[in-house]
Amino acid sequence: MSNPILQVSGLTMDFGGIRALNKLDLDVHAGEIVALIGPNGAGKTTFFNCVTGIYTPTAGDVLMTRPGDKKPISLKGLKPNYVTQKGLARTFQNIRLFSKMTVLENVMIGRHCRTKAFILGAVLRNASTRREEQQIAEMSYSLLEKVKLADLANELAENLSYGAQRRLEIARALATEPHLLLLDEPAAGMNPQETQALIELIREISSDGQAILLIEHDMKLVMALSDRIYVMDYGKKIAEGNPEQIRTNPEVIKAYLGEDVDA
Amino acid sequence: MDYFIELFCSGLSRGAIYALIALGYTMVYGIIGLINFAHGEIYMIGAFTSFIVATVLSILGFPLLAIVALSGVAAAVWASAYGYTIEKIAYKPLRHAPRLSPLISAIGMSIFLQNYVLLAQTSDFLPFPELIPDFEFMEPIAHIVGSSDIVIFITTAVVMAVLTYVIKFTRIGKAMRATAQDRTMAMLVGINVNNIISATFIIGSALAAIGGLLIASHIGQINFYIGFLAGIKAFTAAVLGGIGSIPGAVLGSFILGLTESFATGYVSSDYEDVFAFSLLVLILLFKPSGLLGKAETQKV
Repeated sequence: MSNPILQVSGLTMDFGGIRALNKLDLDVHAGEIVALIGPNGAGKTTFFNCVTGIYTPTAGDVLMTRPGDKKPISLKGLKPNYVTQKGLARTFQNIRLFSKMTVLENVMIGRHCRTKAFILGAVLRNASTRREEQQIAEMSYSLLEKVKLADLANELAENLSYGAQRRLEIARALATEPHLLLLDEPAAGMNPQETQALIELIREISSDGQAILLIEHDMKLVMALSDRIYVMDYGKKIAEGNPEQIRTNPEVIKAYLGEDVDA
Repeated sequence: MDYFIELFCSGLSRGAIYALIALGYTMVYGIIGLINFAHGEIYMIGAFTSFIVATVLSILGFPLLAIVALSGVAAAVWASAYGYTIEKIAYKPLRHAPRLSPLISAIGMSIFLQNYVLLAQTSDFLPFPELIPDFEFMEPIAHIVGSSDIVIFITTAVVMAVLTYVIKFTRIGKAMRATAQDRTMAMLVGINVNNIISATFIIGSALAAIGGLLIASHIGQINFYIGFLAGIKAFTAAVLGGIGSIPGAVLGSFILGLTESFATGYVSSDYEDVFAFSLLVLILLFKPSGLLGKAETQKV
């Protein structure tokens, strides 16, 4: 098997005396959907923040192998914009759209790191700048069609419904052309219909060959989508395997339901 | 009635100059939440640069239009270089420091630049060459509106139209707005925030330098201290309109310019600042976030 797209080894993150992540290993291969689950406070979002450059991990390494690369590159300690440039994109548990910008602009912003016109181009409007902006708009529009928001393209992002905002965040992340898409609780706060639509959307994205790593509490979504599941508790990995193995793993049941006193 | 129109027009051109400077304050504040007190000095450096370039070019016998264009471009480029460098030296290392630190650093930068120009150039008032000629077609109304008022107003209008376009529609403008709204998220979508902050300083400085050229040619003299008062006035205008808001800065500048002009014309030029700052106090009492500013809600 080729190198995994993302290979995290021994990732450790300390906040003062608290060890939020403890020697975590995880990898994601091309085309896979991998889920990271665990009780609240297990360190899942901290893991995302370490991988995407918001935090610099205390120890361990985050390696990424892009298609075509021979050797993996380390993302550890890179600033978030460089991590994104290398091909990781994420969404947030609490939605973080640019709420005062339109739906289309939010997606176009995602194209920023793949384009390059700067001040002079903006003022002089030469042919290559205009062509570039044309391409940005076209690609952003087609992404909006994919997440079924094309008819709301000129609406302000803050006016969208909750489910639509989540889909817009995914579109914005996809606009950066990631090799790996990180979704932080994409189904949080959704009703069953919205969750079902989200499952179909993620399936569709994945069918294009997009590798996805997601954090989720909604077990229906996790079990329906995941190829592999990692389970964390107290910053440690306590189990990994396919949905069937995880469902019956005693460690996992213990972490979620507490220890059986009689046992 | 003529007198009223005359005051109105001079108020507009005054407001246009304030607007060119105020935009730099408001853009920088919008993006990194800093009052860049050295911004008035950028305007002063713009005026000095255009003075030097214009003098040299007129000795070499260039036509007037070429002198205006070249000294304008030179002033904008040179002042942008100053703006860029100031940010890198005085503000960037303090980006994660408490808010007061970069503010003090900005005041220090302002005093440093004033004294630097004082020592490197002169403490005297320098006569600025008249770059804007009296147009012939303006003859019939020249007693009401000066040619330079018209030029100032038109230049400012064009510059603002370009700026609005850049911010609204271009790649870099979108990145600037995104950075202003949520810096971390902007980084996560791949925006190099440092570049965007630099771009903001460059654009703001270029606008101030153009303002410096226009006002120096209008008034006819410059010295190292002109940046201080102009900076304070433009800052007032930005606060008046709601700091952080670009249309607010323009609106605030015109209100301030008109107020000063009418106060000078109908009361006394000694009272222009009294009226200008009383207006500021009144507006802030009734609308603390400024005319077009939004009350900031603290992010948690």
